[in-house]
Amino acid sequence: MRFHLKVWRQEGPEAPGRFFDYDVDDIIPEMSLLEMLDKLNEELIKKGTPPITFESDCREGICGTCGMVVNGSAHGPQPKTTTCEIRMRHFQDGEAITIEPFRAAVFPVQKDLIVERAGLDKVIQAGGYTSAYTGTHADANAILVPKDDQEYAMDAAACIGCGACVAACPNSSAMLFVAAKIAHLGTLPQGKPEEASRALSMTEAMQEEGFGACSNHFECQAVCPKGIRVETIARLNRAFLKASLKRLA
Amino acid sequence: MTLDGKVPSGPIETRWARHRDHLRLISPANKRRYTVIVVGTGLGGGSASATLAQLGYNVLAFCYQDSARRAHSIAAQGGINAAKNYGGDGDSVYRLFYETVKGGDFRSRESNVYRLAELSGNIIDQCVAQGVPFQREYSGELSTRSFGGALVSRTLFCRGQTGQQLLLGCYQAMMRQVSEGSLKVFPKKEMLDLVVVDGEAKGILVRDLTTGEYEAYAADAVVIATGGYASVFNLSTNAVGSNVGAIMRCYKKGALMANPCYTQIHPTCIPFAGWFQSKLILMSESLRNDGRVWVPKKKGDKRPPHEIPESDRDYYLERKYPSYGNLAPRDISSRAAKEACDDGRGVGPSGYAVYLDFRDAIQRHGRKVIEERYGNLFELYEHIMGEDPYAQPMKIYPASHYAMGGLWVDYNLMSNIPGLFVIGEANFSDHGANRLGASALMQGLADGYFVLPYTIGDYLATTQPGKVKPDNQEFKKVKEDDEARVNRLLSIKGSRTVLDFRIELGRLLWENVGMARSEETLTKALEEIPRIREAFWSDLKLTGSEKDLNQQLERAWRLSEALDFAEILTLDARERRESCGAHFRVEHQTPDGEALRNDAEYSYVAAWEYKGEGEKPAMHKEPLTFEVVQPTVRSYK
Ligand SMILES: Cc1cc2nc3c(=O)[nH]c(=O)nc-3n(C[C@H](O)[C@H](O)[C@H](O)COP(=O)(O)OP(=O)(O)OC[C@H]3O[C@@H](n4cnc5c(N)ncnc54)[C@H](O)[C@@H]3O)c2cc1C
Ligand code: FES
Repeated sequence: MRFHLKVWRQEGPEAPGRFFDYDVDDIIPEMSLLEMLDKLNEELIKKGTPPITFESDCREGICGTCGMVVNGSAHGPQPKTTTCEIRMRHFQDGEAITIEPFRAAVFPVQKDLIVERAGLDKVIQAGGYTSAYTGTHADANAILVPKDDQEYAMDAAACIGCGACVAACPNSSAMLFVAAKIAHLGTLPQGKPEEASRALSMTEAMQEEGFGACSNHFECQAVCPKGIRVETIARLNRAFLKASLKRLA
Repeated sequence: MTLDGKVPSGPIETRWARHRDHLRLISPANKRRYTVIVVGTGLGGGSASATLAQLGYNVLAFCYQDSARRAHSIAAQGGINAAKNYGGDGDSVYRLFYETVKGGDFRSRESNVYRLAELSGNIIDQCVAQGVPFQREYSGELSTRSFGGALVSRTLFCRGQTGQQLLLGCYQAMMRQVSEGSLKVFPKKEMLDLVVVDGEAKGILVRDLTTGEYEAYAADAVVIATGGYASVFNLSTNAVGSNVGAIMRCYKKGALMANPCYTQIHPTCIPFAGWFQSKLILMSESLRNDGRVWVPKKKGDKRPPHEIPESDRDYYLERKYPSYGNLAPRDISSRAAKEACDDGRGVGPSGYAVYLDFRDAIQRHGRKVIEERYGNLFELYEHIMGEDPYAQPMKIYPASHYAMGGLWVDYNLMSNIPGLFVIGEANFSDHGANRLGASALMQGLADGYFVLPYTIGDYLATTQPGKVKPDNQEFKKVKEDDEARVNRLLSIKGSRTVLDFRIELGRLLWENVGMARSEETLTKALEEIPRIREAFWSDLKLTGSEKDLNQQLERAWRLSEALDFAEILTLDARERRESCGAHFRVEHQTPDGEALRNDAEYSYVAAWEYKGEGEKPAMHKEPLTFEVVQPTVRSYK
């Protein structure tokens, strides 16, 4: 297969960027999109041109490192797929493919397709945990957890922290990211006690880090590679409200 | 050099408790005066950082990814073992201990393994308190499943994302400590070197991966938790960034490298399809709970799987190992797959794949149950292969996966360099010559949550806090050396890319130092590796500069260390003239093709000492003694 690529290139955070055109050939349908970029990079290096800088690590959709906008959508047009999971068989032979970094003011471009996402760690630092000390605890079966609750918590805990939700949101909100953590921990008895305060502190941290507010566009759900649902946001709003009222009282 | 493993004596059941009770302590008020560097934020490093910070130490944690949460532990799928007897099938600490020693083919330290089994239950309690959503039954109790090499059901899991959930537990505990001020995390910083002052580990030199600047960090002790070296084979289940650099630099500063030849080849991975592949994705071992492994009985049978009747199928694991069947340990299952394919009975386009078939399990339990158990793994498979595993069997083949070897440590997890501790996959400690499934997560968390936090105090209590500062001459010297090495890489200006060399090395190792090794193939590899290294240092082509985000340069640095490491791995494999666990020497096998151990001559840990560039390393032996379990022929029949 052959493709025509338009790839965003930018030397550094301050440098202006623009799209560059590349033609790639001899692509096998089994290849992943990133393996295609690897191949292109090999050719570029051999020509003495700096290769395209992009991040990835696990290459199996779980670490959340990769993250690019492919043909206009975060992680590409296929639902529930990370960039590294995209296989070339899903494209038409000869197709033009556009690849650019996540676009959000809170995620400044560092180089080519790499953005800075440290804000997400800061939001977790504001309470995205249970305050259990590390050490010995009561037996794991001492508190029973209804299976449905555990499954619901697991659905939300599947978030890989890639930031696609932020990149897709017109307000660059990290609401789905925060809501996933609230739903994961708040559904379990171990995380329930701190749910309201967690919702308050994480939402505030999100604003302080420059992420926008949620205005119900729900683009986030459409691009989430792990299928995190916007219902979690309703839960977050309830917990947030509860904590805010408590603070007023 | 005599290697003192500092293994306690007396009844094995109380060794750890007695040892712990006699470790020196640092008072709570004094702990914050001590700084500890932890390199790596996976299950080993993450759990250690969070715990040390909570105890009050001043902790600095480093990783090469852009967030601590992305360490490759995140990719572990199948589960974590714990001797909880939740399965009600007679499990106990002793049984987990016994199966792990046996699984490792009697090449690990009994005392370490016992401690691991003993701590396994605490880990689960700790993780549940953190909010890890382990799979549960309708009763609300925790579920378990079986893994290879075990006769009981003791593996806890979070769907097919167990590593992710355990790591998020560590990461969240770390983030809590960051907010409390006792932990600082430094992402996108690569440790280039260890700094040893007056014989003790007192800091590291890192390269900032965004700016390319060198930075010196001093501490009172250094903990290495940088993961395994399976990536020297190029194609492996590891992350594309996984590398052997950090432990090799420690080795070159005097730390001993133990049992580097013990490398696990995992039986169930996506098959090799071409050199374009950047990795071989794992299909969790848990699938063997329900999937049946088979190949056609006849050579070259090209019929599609559903057209091959039962009578023409060879369920070779069930046939050869009736008591463990599809749950035979990894080394044995991998070799059996290779044997079938070498015999011309492999499937798929290359003939190097076997079937993992869920037809019977779907018939028995229904699709919904299988979906609940393995849904995301089936999805992953379909993504990659474009085939629906509910409708036709998966095609799988063994791939390089895990490093049992690593830096040598004593019972306190300290290397032979005082102040240098090594945890997680980076050390050699607990798995002997073969690791059983679901035991790496257990070991990483035992090391970081429950062992190191105690044992490190014993060392720190003997040192004066803050003795060495980053302006120490030694930091300057190390920086000059490493900067020169980086510049040497950039100045070669040859014609071949890093990837080109990586593939060449990986292929050489896979073919000669892989699942079947012989004096001949090992000698060949030992001749070839220096040749590839020479070509690398004279014909490498890099673009870009030193003081920039330069991924080719990062990879070149890592590969330069892998080239040196490959040689010790191969040397160790050649010197160990026996078969044990994953180390299979074709000259040493039983008449029916099983690994033939030689306890009289090889019941030791081989620990290699660096003797300088181009010099042959020296081997030191730590004898292994068995007081509780008598080494026997490891049988899974
Ligand atoms: C695909 C896969 C599935 C697995 N499934 C299971 C399973 O189901 N059950 C099980 O028990 N085990 C499993 N394992 C094994 C297990 O996951 C690993 O052995 C374990 O997670 C390793 O943890 P670690 O903390 O030692 O290293 P890692 O998690 O690999 O972390 C290494 C850390 O070191 C950092 N690092 C490395 N080099 C440097 C450097 N030079 N400078 C700075 N930082 C550096 C990295 O950034 C990272 O933070 C699996 C392994 C793989 C690959
Ligand atoms: S590289 Fe890990 S999710 Fe894509």
